[in-house]
Amino acid sequence: MVRLRSILLFLLLFKSFGSIIAEEEDQIEQFSEALLLRPLPDRKVLAHFHFESKVPPTRTHGSHHHLFPKSIYQLVHKFRVREMELSFTQGRWNYARWGGHDPISSRNAKPPGVELWATFDVPQHQVDASWRNLTHALSGLFCASINFLESSIAYSSPQWSFKSFATNIRYGTLPREAVCTENLTPWLKLLPCRDKAGLSALMDRPSIYRGFYHSQRLHLVSNEFDLAAASSGMVLEQTLTVVLQPVTLGSGMTSSVAIQQPSWSLSSLFGRKVSGRCVLSNASNVYVQLEPDLVSELKTTSETQQQSDVENLISQAWSDMSFEMSESAVRVIQEANDFQKESSLLYEFSLENFSDSRPFDLEFRWKRPVTWSSQLAPLQAHRFLMGSGNERGAIAISLKSVGRSEYAKSSVNEEGRCSLRVDLFQVVPWYVKVYYHTLKVFLDERLHSLADVVERTNVSPSEDKVSPGLMEIALRLPCDVHSVILTLEFDKGFLHIDEYPPDANQGFDIPSALIRFPEIKTKMHLFEDKSACKSPILSKLQEESPVLWYTEVLLVPLTTPDFSMPYNVITITCTVFALYFGSLLNALRRRVEEEERLLKSKAAKPSGPIGVLLSKLSAKLRGKPLEPPPPSSSSKVSYKLILRVILVAGIAAAWQYFYG
Amino acid sequence: MKEEEKKNMKTKPHFWRWAVASVIFRLVLIYFPKNLNLATRPEVSTPVTSLRRLAEGYWLTQSSMSPYAGSMYHGSPLLLSVLGPLTMKKIEGQPYHLLCSFVSVIADFISAMLIRAIGLKLRMAYCERLKSLGLGKLFEISEILPSEDIAALVYLWNPLTIVTCVGFNTTPVENLFIILSLYGACIRVAPLAAFGWVVASHLSLYPTILIIPVILLLGNGPDATPRKLFLMYKKDEADNSSKGRVVNGLSEQKKFSWRPVGLFFVWVLIWTLYTLVLCGIFMRNYGGLSEMFNRTYGFILTVKDLSPNIGVLWYFFAEVFEFFRDFFLIVFHVNILFMILPLAIRLKHRPCFLAFVYMAICSMLKPYPSVGDSALYLALLALFFNELAEMQFSFFLFCGFVGVSLLSPVMHNLWIWRGTGNANFYFATGMAYACFQIILVVESVSAMLNHDRKIRKLVAAT
Repeated sequence: MVRLRSILLFLLLFKSFGSIIAEEEDQIEQFSEALLLRPLPDRKVLAHFHFESKVPPTRTHGSHHHLFPKSIYQLVHKFRVREMELSFTQGRWNYARWGGHDPISSRNAKPPGVELWATFDVPQHQVDASWRNLTHALSGLFCASINFLESSIAYSSPQWSFKSFATNIRYGTLPREAVCTENLTPWLKLLPCRDKAGLSALMDRPSIYRGFYHSQRLHLVSNEFDLAAASSGMVLEQTLTVVLQPVTLGSGMTSSVAIQQPSWSLSSLFGRKVSGRCVLSNASNVYVQLEPDLVSELKTTSETQQQSDVENLISQAWSDMSFEMSESAVRVIQEANDFQKESSLLYEFSLENFSDSRPFDLEFRWKRPVTWSSQLAPLQAHRFLMGSGNERGAIAISLKSVGRSEYAKSSVNEEGRCSLRVDLFQVVPWYVKVYYHTLKVFLDERLHSLADVVERTNVSPSEDKVSPGLMEIALRLPCDVHSVILTLEFDKGFLHIDEYPPDANQGFDIPSALIRFPEIKTKMHLFEDKSACKSPILSKLQEESPVLWYTEVLLVPLTTPDFSMPYNVITITCTVFALYFGSLLNALRRRVEEEERLLKSKAAKPSGPIGVLLSKLSAKLRGKPLEPPPPSSSSKVSYKLILRVILVAGIAAAWQYFYG
Repeated sequence: MKEEEKKNMKTKPHFWRWAVASVIFRLVLIYFPKNLNLATRPEVSTPVTSLRRLAEGYWLTQSSMSPYAGSMYHGSPLLLSVLGPLTMKKIEGQPYHLLCSFVSVIADFISAMLIRAIGLKLRMAYCERLKSLGLGKLFEISEILPSEDIAALVYLWNPLTIVTCVGFNTTPVENLFIILSLYGACIRVAPLAAFGWVVASHLSLYPTILIIPVILLLGNGPDATPRKLFLMYKKDEADNSSKGRVVNGLSEQKKFSWRPVGLFFVWVLIWTLYTLVLCGIFMRNYGGLSEMFNRTYGFILTVKDLSPNIGVLWYFFAEVFEFFRDFFLIVFHVNILFMILPLAIRLKHRPCFLAFVYMAICSMLKPYPSVGDSALYLALLALFFNELAEMQFSFFLFCGFVGVSLLSPVMHNLWIWRGTGNANFYFATGMAYACFQIILVVESVSAMLNHDRKIRKLVAAT
């Protein structure tokens, strides 16, 4: 009752101040869905599903929801998560062909396997505990082995290279996690319409897992616990990015098959059609994006052929002759970009008017061959291993310039020298023992002193069986550099037999390194006025984000011991030590003269009856006739033998009695 | 006597020629370490002695981190501050490791000289003792070879020593301090002995048990025949009442002199405090002395690194079940400790030989052995060239050492580099090496005891 009153009061206050409608809208739960399709230069199609759920803060809204997933809400409240991102990825994003300098790739290109990072709103010493609990909760929630990130050898806390100004951050990856439909189903369960209606109905499992790249991502931002800031509650952003190879439609089969881009439709890509929007969503749109280079290519070809008016470009004139779409766009949004001469185009389609009887099946048909290239990151990063054998090796990270220097133009420093900052973030597991003092930088294949290039470093070396090694390096490179190579030497560790995974000979994965260009931001300049943008996906695309590049996962083969040998090794080694101990003690104990004297004195004495009996017995056992002459020593030996046997038996019995 | 001097005159130029040649040989070898690639061989540099790891530790301190951050460096902080700068400094146009290698060459040469000094002392004591026992005639003085020169040359020309010296690690320095402490004890300079012992124990833990030979050396003087023989001999003298042959050194040899031992302990205290204070100053920002002990001695004692070496413990602890680990750690370390007392009782009249036996046992049982350890004890073994003349299996042992040192790199190569072999083959060579060391220790101990027995018989016979 009190809460209700307070909410009413709050609303009244808002009303009385004449707040605008947008702010009022913030106070209800919202859900929106969108699908962005983009033809890629290498005859593939990128499909990017984007779902966003928003919930107002608990203070004003209460903890009862009808759209926002309850499990996520509880997760946030239990572990006080401030921001979290979880991605499941299969395949590798091809930066060279699919682009590395646009908002989609910088946000959605993820390393293979599982990547999880989170920031917490808890005191410093509780962060690790929160992280551990979170990994377990997520592991249960998404049917994945995220709980392996619990152990301290699997996660690290980057300071500045992964995310600027982030405290209490924990980062972990599982490069070998297999991603499959069992991870997608729980992810879909978080959507209010699941995959029953709306755009998510397109997610036909065989079609999306057939793709070249598949990344499902869950990004959560909450400032529930920020009492000071104007709280916006929780925002859950779920994206699924797939790169699919369209099955070539019949009309594309012209004479120039080789360079003709394949035409595609939603039904040919996914095998399904969209039968209307999810009724719970505020916005339900499909976009087709044409990349800047493609747009300019289309323009130039149309100019040469038709000499059409430049002002008239957005009209269908030039596009009609290159491609056609089966539905007509609600609107066409052109990027307003001052820096680049080209700008991308977005065709927006709304799902409002489609239903079961009239499903939405967008068809994109190329009419003539076009070639273009995607927007590339300023430097192309690759990482590889050097050396052979299982004792040592070296990691090399190579950054190659793509030859477009205009990216770096914005970062000219005071002295007028153009420079490019590159942040490098790399986590290596402890069994790859990196010698950080062997870091070498080669600029244009010449060895360069570190002090000139490295602006900032943060190294926390790996601790055996405790923590992974973390390396953060900020490089300041001259713009005209063509290639940069960093090398680091390492020794390969040797593990205990239990620490090897079942397929030990396959090797161990070093997670992807992250190359970040913090000064080069990417965003789409769609609207000058932010309020004009209603669709969450468009506002996401308008947000600035630094260009990122995840490198390859490295596979390091480690030497294996013989897994079948533990008993042999233990027994043989112990035998050798027993040999050492016994023989050395024997050598020390021996007194030859005394032994001789003792023998002489014993020979004089007659031996006891038991001694004779035993010597007879032993002679019988050996199958030899009894030889009485030297009984003295044998009797002594057998007395000793009996004593020893009794002693050992006594000790064994006592042991059994007390400890057994 | 004249003959002996002549012989000395004859051997000395030879000795110097060979010693200088060995140094030149090392200097030549230093110039191709890239081709030799010895620095990363498991036989040569262990996780504790590797200079490559020391360079990493130095780099970490330079970037204001603890040198022990990241389980790379496990050596002493003092070594880090002495050798660390050398790993980074570079002479124009020369490779990085040159300065450190120079240090090893110098350390090796000094060690050889100290071994020679120890040997001279031992041989003099031996001859004197034989003479005083009246056996001078039986053992022709000319028959006694100059064992000090032999030992020094064995140390200088042993391939294992050369490999260790060129192989970019700290073993030559550690060996130098061990020998320094023995030398100090031999010449009965308590401060020097204490210094050597403290630094050697600080650097590599295992020389700690050398405190017993050092004390015996300080108390009893260099190796000699058992004191009981003197009493026997003296009694004989008294019986024969031939008072003209009273031995000079007898009265001083009789008693265990406590003064140098007490002095030794005082100096040990001083040097230990000094070392700890220096380490404490170095480590004050990096977690203090407890962190240092944990990362150096703790690392050695708990066998944390399982990378292959010529010992046997790495494979044992890589394979043994986790819940037995602590038990076997205790067993293996206690194996060293259990032998200290029996050996000390039986060999108390031969402290230098006792030191050799201790070192051989340690190099066999320590978790991270290297060939540098065996180089050291083989040189000490050569000091007893005369006494151990009747040792059994010496040819067999020689062949065994040669065979193992040839086979071990082959097996390592097959396993690690080619991937065709198996860990068991390499482990087998380690096992064989351990067995040969066991035989060497046992045989040399029994040969030494037999030698003493022989002298006793001879004394009784006279």
